[in-house]
Amino acid sequence: MAKRKLEEINAGSMADIAFLLLIFFLVTTTMESNYGIRRKLPPPPAADQPPPPVIKKKNVLEININGQDQMLIEGELAQDKDVKPIAIKFITNNGRDPQMSDNPQKAVVSIKHSRETSYKKYISVYNELLAAYNEIRNKYAMQKFGKPFDQLTEEQQKEVKDAYPQKIAESTPKR
Amino acid sequence: MGKFSKKKEGGTPAISTASLPDIVFMLLFFFMVATVMRENGEKKVTVKMPSADQVKKIEKKGLVSYIYVGTPIKKYQAKYGTAPRIQLNDAFADVKEVGPFVLAERAAKRDEEKPLMITSIKADKDVGMGIITDIKEELRKVNALKVNYSTKKGSVEANND
Repeated sequence: MAKRKLEEINAGSMADIAFLLLIFFLVTTTMESNYGIRRKLPPPPAADQPPPPVIKKKNVLEININGQDQMLIEGELAQDKDVKPIAIKFITNNGRDPQMSDNPQKAVVSIKHSRETSYKKYISVYNELLAAYNEIRNKYAMQKFGKPFDQLTEEQQKEVKDAYPQKIAESTPKR
Repeated sequence: MGKFSKKKEGGTPAISTASLPDIVFMLLFFFMVATVMRENGEKKVTVKMPSADQVKKIEKKGLVSYIYVGTPIKKYQAKYGTAPRIQLNDAFADVKEVGPFVLAERAAKRDEEKPLMITSIKADKDVGMGIITDIKEELRKVNALKVNYSTKKGSVEANND
């Protein structure tokens, strides 16, 4: 008997199988955007915690948001877009204006909101504050190291952070 | 003349589809890599995240615990009402359960990973800060201090629409 030649397996349906899998993954894919504002919460209060140090009023930038999402900065009505310039002016004051912070290390931003304040308002204000800090830090980093903040080494970043620390205080609204 | 007629007879040869599987496989691999199997099963609350532009990307997705806050979806509104609720894993939860949930997530990780864990709050942009504050207090109690407020990437002006 003549030896039969081994037939090659038809690979024509390979594409179909691959398509099937492809469609499955296409459908299940959720291109999830995993972005967010990163914060570190203050540690839980210890029982023997000393009372908080007294901070001079001029070193505190008070931001108040009420239940109707209206905002007061230092007692004056303000919009989202006002937060950044005011914060920058406040933090980088360095004692020029006696009503504002002595130096960036002492400058504290205090956010007070009520339980009815909407999350989006809080995020908006927070975002603008962070934008202010980021702008200041970037400027300092450019001056000192000639590079934006993101491209600095860890030690350099720490130096910039020490020069302009983010001091944001949040108070817990009463029930 | 002979040459001409010969060509006509043959017609254009069919395009080889032999490389089609390769192309499809390429796409397949892309989607396989890009796919994230939904980490928390069914979503029972509607979450429309606010926008912000000073955002960071979460790198290590395995070390993130998610807390969803929003109004229950239609199906559950008869039972739970329309007030914002917290969802942990795939069940509605009370604020008090946030602490144990985070501790359970932490217990499942290796020791060296524990300090790197992040709690991501995925809250609807219209929920009140009261519920968020309560969650934050619970997180402080269990020392889960790294918090991420999930947002879309965009200008904050989009929040006011």
